Amino acid sequence: MNAQVRSAEAGTGAAGPAPFIEFENASITYGKGARAVQALAPTSLKITEGEFMALVGPSGCGKSTILKMVGELLKPSTGYVFVAGREIGANPIRIGMAYQNPTLLPWLNIRDNVMLPLKIVPPFRQAFRAKRKGEFRDRVEALLKQVGLAGFAEKYPYQLSGGMMQRANLCRALVHDPDLLLLDEPFGALDQFTREELWAVMQDLWLSKKLTVMLVTHDLREAAYLASRICVMSARPGRILDDQIVDLPRPRTIDMTFQPDFVELNQKLRAMIVGARGGTGIVSHQPGTA
Amino acid sequence: MERILDTLREKGASTALILGFFVAWELFCLVANISDILLPRPTQIVAALVKFWPAIWPHTYQTLYTTLVGFSIGVAIGLFLGVLIGSSRLAYDTAYPLLVGFSSIPKVAVVPIFVLWYGAGTVPAILTAMIICIFPIVVNVATGIATVEPELEDVMKTLKASKLDILWNVSLPRSMPYFFAALKVAITLAFVGSVVAETVASNRGIGNMMMIASSSFNVPLVFAGLFVLAGLGVTLYVLFSLIEHRVTGWAHRKTDLASP
Repeated sequence: MNAQVRSAEAGTGAAGPAPFIEFENASITYGKGARAVQALAPTSLKITEGEFMALVGPSGCGKSTILKMVGELLKPSTGYVFVAGREIGANPIRIGMAYQNPTLLPWLNIRDNVMLPLKIVPPFRQAFRAKRKGEFRDRVEALLKQVGLAGFAEKYPYQLSGGMMQRANLCRALVHDPDLLLLDEPFGALDQFTREELWAVMQDLWLSKKLTVMLVTHDLREAAYLASRICVMSARPGRILDDQIVDLPRPRTIDMTFQPDFVELNQKLRAMIVGARGGTGIVSHQPGTA
Repeated sequence: MERILDTLREKGASTALILGFFVAWELFCLVANISDILLPRPTQIVAALVKFWPAIWPHTYQTLYTTLVGFSIGVAIGLFLGVLIGSSRLAYDTAYPLLVGFSSIPKVAVVPIFVLWYGAGTVPAILTAMIICIFPIVVNVATGIATVEPELEDVMKTLKASKLDILWNVSLPRSMPYFFAALKVAITLAFVGSVVAETVASNRGIGNMMMIASSSFNVPLVFAGLFVLAGLGVTLYVLFSLIEHRVTGWAHRKTDLASP
């Protein structure tokens, strides 16, 4: 790891609140030599604490790559990622993550599945034995209730529908009070109605916990419904084409998604992504042209 | 009541087949007038089993003992290697070719080497039983551990879980169905190993008893030995199936987990 620990604030001046996460010319290149593919062009991006940020763009554009860098699953090939003003890894922040695949453990019931992070993440880890039957149990119970899974703690994952599993997956991502929630198309595999229900659940969670969320999605309505800010990315090598604040009032409702201003926003995003795909529906592969 | 009927219907067919097999065997020998030196009738075999039981019992004990000791050591080694190979790509790539090489040696062929090292008796039988069990367990456990969903691994890594955390909470429990599937194969193989070793180089054990019985043309006793081996094998298989169902019921969920 680069031992360099420095303030991300140094070059940015004092405008606005300090960013919680900052990318400084971070890029990702897979492979080596002639076969190297640049997945993400050097990208600079700031995310403020408490923001709900959505990343949209054509498939293969590096949206998930950005998420993985924040989750310390990938190191930038060039550039830096800062968290809370220091290089990533220097500040221990708690992260919750949820993918499209709920990956609940089939041998544990929903309560124990949701409790899993408490078994691993300090400071909960140290108290796990003492509190698993008391405080932690209540914490899980409260969270399950909040996502509409009250009474399902004793069930096993296979007894749940896809939407319910995804609710449990969200609980697992939130149970250890993360500072940051990373969502990679969490509602992608659900039917329209279940998805819209879960948008409402997600919005409630965000409004009540005020955490920072990064959401990767294909669904533009989803991005516009949930996010306070949307970044549109170009086709590979990915870079950020557009960055805009969504200032629709909260809490948003499904009805609002049919209002003119919402539809207009959607169409604008759509046009940008169609443009980014080259307009033909074929993703242009031009490694090296950032 | 309905449940008992259901069980009967389920087990009925297989029980009928087993009984039918022995009845057919008995009738065939009687009708074709086959000498008991060639193929004794089941009733004669059972009679031999009862008659010689005091003599058979020490051999049975010996075979069971060598098989179980060899099996236990083999399972321990297999589990350890499986975890090691399954949790590291490097270990997998490095060790796998050697392992395949070892496993493709017919285990019977190594018995003379064990005899050379340890003399005839208990140790070669234990070692043969052990070595024959290792491979299926290594392969299955390694597969179970190596096929953890990458998304789940990512989730664990963002929680800053250590390799041991992941192994203990995710990979090991996940590989249990694979492990038990391998155990059932391995226990049957372990009997093959110990009996082969006893046949070649031992003065105790069911394998040895069958050799002696056949050289004195006591064919019903030879078959009695087979019956004992079949009995032991089935008993242990059932035992592991029961443990498997308790430990990894979640992997066979449809039939009984739904109604706890």
